[in-house]
Amino acid sequence: MGDEVRVPIVYDTDIVAARSEGRRMALELGFSRTDATLLATAISEVARNILIHAREGIITISSSLNDEIAEIVVVATDEGPGIQDVEMALRDGYSSSGGLGLGLPGVRRLMDEFRINSEDGKGTEVSMTMWRRQ
Amino acid sequence: MPVPILKQGDFLIATVQSALSDREVLQFQDDLAERVGSFRSRGVILDVTALDMMDSFVSRAFRSMALMAKLKGAETVIVGIQPEVAFALVQLGLTLEGVNTALDLEEGLAFLRSLTRRRTDGR
Ligand SMILES: Nc1ncnc2c1ncn2[C@@H]1O[C@H](COP(=O)(O)OP(=O)(O)OP(=O)(O)O)[C@@H](O)[C@H]1O
Ligand SMILES: [Mg+2]
Repeated sequence: MGDEVRVPIVYDTDIVAARSEGRRMALELGFSRTDATLLATAISEVARNILIHAREGIITISSSLNDEIAEIVVVATDEGPGIQDVEMALRDGYSSSGGLGLGLPGVRRLMDEFRINSEDGKGTEVSMTMWRRQ
Repeated sequence: MPVPILKQGDFLIATVQSALSDREVLQFQDDLAERVGSFRSRGVILDVTALDMMDSFVSRAFRSMALMAKLKGAETVIVGIQPEVAFALVQLGLTLEGVNTALDLEEGLAFLRSLTRRRTDGR
């Protein structure tokens, strides 16, 4: 069983759309309300990062379920300026834009797996996973 | 208006009805600042029972709303934060530091009344 949804992030209302899709898919997969909320919060943060730091991008949410594991994978991609120093961006309190710099380190705590691929000048891909044993 | 703000005596009660976009959050922030000033309110209740998550943007906005209200002489209480929403906030690394919270509307009102009563007594 599986499902995949792509949400283009262009306007602020798309942030709401992306996190609602994530919540819906998590609940459909049998995740708890708490897990669905953690996921929605993480999606909201990466979606806003796209809007603020890269102007636009796409969030793909896919779910899969087998005998052992239920899993949701979220991939946020954009062709914005990229992140020069990923290590630094993952530090609590680092922000290039006067934000709190909590987003990325916080998202890492909300999710089970978290990875950033970014090349300076060539965009950013954040992929993150939440999984639960059946 | 995405968030209705009702006047009840010295207090304002703002009830978030559904998920808010960033723009709606900013609109709400402006509306509330304007009301607190024009009604010279002493207290603000921010009812977020309907919110199914709070991310860094919205919690930052709520914190600055509370601060802004305070500068205008009104104390703010956020009521109705769902347990899983509070849990996600903590995981994210955020605290609603310096913001009063209460379980529900009733408790929030009781808190505001006790505050304003204390202030009046002290005068
Ligand atoms: N999609 C992206 N494209 C380019 N740079 C990004 C992207 N996402 C994050 N960054 C960079 O990483 C930094 C840290 O991101 P993070 O989300 O932790 O903080 P923030 O967005 O600046 O502040 P906050 O999320 O607390 O409002 C950002 O300031 C920005 O420089
Ligand atoms: Mg951010």
